Amino acid sequence: MGAVYRAQDLRFKVEKIVAVKEMINQATDPDIQATIVETFEREANILATVSHPSIPTIYDYFTLGTRSYLVMEFVEGDNLEIKLQQRRAPFQEDEVVGWGIALCDVLDYLHNHEPEPIIFRDIKPANVMITSRNQVRLVDFGIAKTFQTDAKGTMIGTEGYSPPEQYRGEASPQVDIYALGATMHHLLTNQDPRTEPPFTFDERPVRGANPSVTASMDNIINTALAYNPPERFESAGIMRKALIGLAQQTGLLEEEISVAQATQYFQDQSHSPIWTFTCEDEVRGTPNYQDGVLYIGSYDHNLYALEATNGKFIWKYAANGGIVSKPAIHDNKLYFGSTDQYIHTISCRNGKKVWVQSTDGAIYSSPVIAEGHLFIGSDDEYLHVLNILAGREAWSVNLGSPVRSSPIVVGDMVYVGSDNGEIQCYDFSGNIKWRAAAKRSVTASPHFHENIIYITSMDAVLYAIDAKSGWVIWRYRMEGGSISTPTTHENHVYVGSTDNTFYCVNTKSTKKVWTFDTDNQINSSPVYYKGAVYFCNVDGFVFSLHAASGRLRWKYQTEGQITGSPIIIDDVLYVGSSDKKVYALPA
Amino acid sequence: MSNRFLTNLKQLFQKKQVETWEDLPQYLDDSSEVTKELDKIATPVETESVGYSSPLIEVGYGLSVGKQRTHNEDAFFTLTTMFSYNESETPFGLYVVADGMGGHKNGEIASELAIRTIVSYILSEIYVPLMSLNPQPSDLSFREVFHSGIEKANEEILKNSYGGGTTVTAVLILGEHMTIAHVGDSRVYSIDKNGFLEPMTRDHSLVKRLQELGQITPEEAAVHPQRNVLYRALGQGEPFEPEIISTSRPDKGALLICSDGLWSIVGQETISEIINNGSSPQETCDTLIDAANDAGGPDNISAIYVDIS
Repeated sequence: MGAVYRAQDLRFKVEKIVAVKEMINQATDPDIQATIVETFEREANILATVSHPSIPTIYDYFTLGTRSYLVMEFVEGDNLEIKLQQRRAPFQEDEVVGWGIALCDVLDYLHNHEPEPIIFRDIKPANVMITSRNQVRLVDFGIAKTFQTDAKGTMIGTEGYSPPEQYRGEASPQVDIYALGATMHHLLTNQDPRTEPPFTFDERPVRGANPSVTASMDNIINTALAYNPPERFESAGIMRKALIGLAQQTGLLEEEISVAQATQYFQDQSHSPIWTFTCEDEVRGTPNYQDGVLYIGSYDHNLYALEATNGKFIWKYAANGGIVSKPAIHDNKLYFGSTDQYIHTISCRNGKKVWVQSTDGAIYSSPVIAEGHLFIGSDDEYLHVLNILAGREAWSVNLGSPVRSSPIVVGDMVYVGSDNGEIQCYDFSGNIKWRAAAKRSVTASPHFHENIIYITSMDAVLYAIDAKSGWVIWRYRMEGGSISTPTTHENHVYVGSTDNTFYCVNTKSTKKVWTFDTDNQINSSPVYYKGAVYFCNVDGFVFSLHAASGRLRWKYQTEGQITGSPIIIDDVLYVGSSDKKVYALPA
Repeated sequence: MSNRFLTNLKQLFQKKQVETWEDLPQYLDDSSEVTKELDKIATPVETESVGYSSPLIEVGYGLSVGKQRTHNEDAFFTLTTMFSYNESETPFGLYVVADGMGGHKNGEIASELAIRTIVSYILSEIYVPLMSLNPQPSDLSFREVFHSGIEKANEEILKNSYGGGTTVTAVLILGEHMTIAHVGDSRVYSIDKNGFLEPMTRDHSLVKRLQELGQITPEEAAVHPQRNVLYRALGQGEPFEPEIISTSRPDKGALLICSDGLWSIVGQETISEIINNGSSPQETCDTLIDAANDAGGPDNISAIYVDIS
């Protein structure tokens, strides 16, 4: 440990700025202390003979008591660790390629040094300075390591960038090549290897974190990071050639993209609807299903009953406003809200009205039925609770802003979100049990799994809240706000966001398992079905991904936006689109 | 009105009287009639006293310098409380083990600092708000509280125990939820009714990692010269990420939180056997520590045994 000082060399009459690196000798044993100083001086002498544009010149060295000093050229600029911290995002490939070539160049020079090769031993972003003219300077030679004493007992060696053999005390040029690969991996992914288990680069492919990276770059980094030294580049010079080759090539890349496009085309072709049904206006809601019949509302004011096997029209019921609400089914009756401000109850058999009850606002929330009562939110700012037999209001509670979130009932508790950014929990008597505050509106609905409520907000956070107390257990930050309702399977929670990305997060570690990028907002709520997750986006796509890996299984594009969510029954997916159609697709 | 509503609901659904209504004719157009009918059926009943199964948490703990070290660098903390009010039960438990390292006095200072910092932060951010007159949950999630607590501990150690480092493993039980945070190689095991042990933490140890990669065998690991090297610990100045796990509190079972002075010396089967034969959490803990000392006691040993029934 020690410090670097910006100093002025007073022996010159002009202002000459130098860097003075101070290293503290921490050894207590005098013999060891002397050995450390000897090693330091030997290495300082070697460095003094080195001359390369990417290596700061050494002017002098000296030792005072327990401190040793190295006087060298002062480099104006920031190191890559600081630059990455400021940027908070991966670097572009073309920048990293340039730095990689310059670093290979200097490593090639050092490794071919006579009489003995110099192994840098500590390539990492913090040791690579970028000057104001975008020149690379390698600073802080391994010399500093001489001053780290090995204490007895449990001592730490967090390297992050070092290859496995370095822990056995081996130092060959392949050590630096691995560390350069690790450094480039860090720059392109913004994943700090010091915060990950050691030697896990192969579990975290560059293109997984940063899909814009080319396959060739991915290959070069993987070769540099090979576990066994002989499998890495033979020399820094060869790695440099590979990087130069990458910088020049463009034709090869186009070819690869066209293969991917062909595959995609094939996937699209192979996936065609079993049937479609056309309404008179946009279909923005989510369907429901019972006994071979699909029920879905439309902006044309109708609630349709369709035969699930062939999409044949059975009956329709006309409200006085658009229907976005997903109908709840109970006792052969359908319950739903409409923008006409009414809660409608109709018979499943023939679509005849059973009762209607008015609220004072448009209804976008979907009802839930539990213990003989219907729970639904309205733009009149109330959560309404009605007796389902008569439609008579049992109780209602004002949440202070429109309630577009759909309530859920678990045990004898009701959970709901509201546009003022609150998530609230009530008991069956309408007494508030707890409220948790998000920073922006909550339009998504709560999802309950193992005593935890999962919910998103427009504040770009996915919340895990203790269902009993309302305490926030963890928060996961997304890039954009969300109105998508999460779903869970085992230890994974799945959700979409307006940042165009679909997320899979581990509920125990709160770490991202995978993400899937689309080209537009994902407002639809995902469904988990037989090892796959399904969701839609505003481009009208229905996506099916492998739930474990996030790999695309298939996608299908409708001709309008999809804001509602799919449902899947007996391997068939049903979804509505703003192109006025209802689709049945093989799941 | 609300009580009546609740009572009705409870009675109706506990006794499954809904079925009766399904047989009723098409009455639905006259809602008031039906409601009257309903009220007749749903005569109020005595509210049954619901048997709350509040978890009983019993804790045993112990620390030994071992047989080969001259001073102790381990530290631990336990706190168990139960808050029972208004038909609600909130158990709270906080258990922390820290295994210090580094020459001179730095190791023991580091482990003590880690515990003081983390415990005081968690108590002020979670426990005090929980017990306040107007319980306002913290702005931070449990996970964020642990994360900041560990970061603060790291800063304290860097400032006040130069060259010292420590592992830290902390378990928070709150209601039905459990949060575990750890850095280093002090472990948490969950123990089921049959005494079967399962580690809930993954050691941040270099040798463990080499072993996972199949680069060395368990036999080689046991004698590897760097078997004590951790790739994450507090007080080392390198950036690190504590591992934080959110999970459900075991309904019935136990937790064992211990330093490597126990788990690397006493085999898992022996630990399991001692747990099965233990007459109380304290006795179990004492026997575990004795077993480590009987096997040579090369390192400091600390253990917390949390029994939940």
